[in-house]
Amino acid sequence: MTPAGIAVLLGWGIFLSLFALAGGLFLLGIDRKLAAHMQARIGPPIRQPFIDIVKLLQKENVVPENAISGIFNLAPVIALASSILILFYLPVGSILPILGMYGDLVLVMYLLTVPALAMVAGGFASGSPYATVGAQREMVTMIAYEFPLAIVVIGVAWRIGAAGLSSPFALATIAATPIWTVVGPLGLIGAFILLLVLAVVTPAELSRIPFDTQEAETELAGGLLVEYSGRNLAMFYLAQGVKTLILAAVIVAIFFPWNLSGFLAMPPWLALPADLLFFLAKAIVVLFFAVTLVRVGMARFRITQVVSIYWRSLSVIGLFGLILLMADAALPALVGVGS
Amino acid sequence: MKLNSSFNRSLWVYHFNSGSCNGCEIEIVATITPRYDPERFGIKLVGSPRHADVMLITGPVVHKMKDRLLRVYAQMPDPKLVMCIGACGISGGVFFDSYNLEGPVDEVIPVDVYVPGCPPRPEAIIHGVVTALAKLERLQGERA
Ligand code: SF4
Repeated sequence: MTPAGIAVLLGWGIFLSLFALAGGLFLLGIDRKLAAHMQARIGPPIRQPFIDIVKLLQKENVVPENAISGIFNLAPVIALASSILILFYLPVGSILPILGMYGDLVLVMYLLTVPALAMVAGGFASGSPYATVGAQREMVTMIAYEFPLAIVVIGVAWRIGAAGLSSPFALATIAATPIWTVVGPLGLIGAFILLLVLAVVTPAELSRIPFDTQEAETELAGGLLVEYSGRNLAMFYLAQGVKTLILAAVIVAIFFPWNLSGFLAMPPWLALPADLLFFLAKAIVVLFFAVTLVRVGMARFRITQVVSIYWRSLSVIGLFGLILLMADAALPALVGVGS
Repeated sequence: MKLNSSFNRSLWVYHFNSGSCNGCEIEIVATITPRYDPERFGIKLVGSPRHADVMLITGPVVHKMKDRLLRVYAQMPDPKLVMCIGACGISGGVFFDSYNLEGPVDEVIPVDVYVPGCPPRPEAIIHGVVTALAKLERLQGERA
């Protein structure tokens, strides 16, 4: 790569990182505001997460005496850095994934586990029984939701591949050919089912109600994060915001990849901010249905229930959607052979 | 210790029960219901003293709870505020002069704001928080 290319890449990287931090906190604020309105409250101002971060940065940063301080301090940095990194592999608005040539959807799926693993490491390193129980629960939850998530990724990419496109796992391909445009009626139902599965995986990935057993405030007093304070807690808070943005970006990229500039002709300087705003709007809609609505309307599941929900119910539903997608691709060929 | 206005707009509250009769707890829970909605001022109840800016103490500090109270107080990161909720914590209240008290609270840890009542109404608790904010602002003014 030429030095100029590297400079451009760095520039986009810095821009996207800032966008991820600000956009993530903004989404958290929107989520709190919407939840408050649904409970007939006024709720905090939308910039409340920003205020929280500024406050946390002023607080003392306590490292407990019986914690392994190296891992304890490293975990928040890894969680934040790895969640920002994922965004470099995802299309944001009309910005194509800047590291798209080095990784695809499968890599994103693997990278999604890194922030969670960092939290698990931090939890175990903090030397508190609450955090240890929280870390164990986080691992169980991770194992539980990986399989349905894999079904969705494989299903969508396989169908796009079956439609004759090369490199179906690359996010640029998936974003350029929305799944809805390549499938028939059966596939539409299948793709919709997969969308629902991905929406149910989202709260677990973000450890929000009803799948927040690892952070359960009432039983585990904050679980994984129980010993974190000050700057470290602020970094986990930021990572949570960035993860929220990423999950929304994944759903948007796979299922709603349309851009405003694709419909309306506009000059390039206007297209970028317009597409970014449109992207945020799509993210808010996705998060409202996948996270806010669910967390206001439901209570927390027990950890045993989480596993059976994901492994049994959701996997069966996801496989059904996958079969519909496959049938959708296979049927025309079969009928064609018959005639 | 440097404070700015973000601190006032984002107080995270941790609740410590040092042997209360549960009357004050019920009023604290009533304070965080949608009717009073303290979240619009950024006030949030947290489960861990490490996350907390304010500690609400209820009860008169019985003998067994003294060590725990000192420990939890030490676990809170600076800067921190302590609010004493209810007559018990201020003077012993209905348990005044009992054989098993180590309290009142301010003989164990420093208290910033007292909220009297047995139990205090949610309005009184909110007034206590506002008083705490006023105290914070005064301290910030002195430092500036
Ligand atoms: S002040 Fe009254 S209501 Fe509150 S804990 Fe004491 S006895 Fe109970």
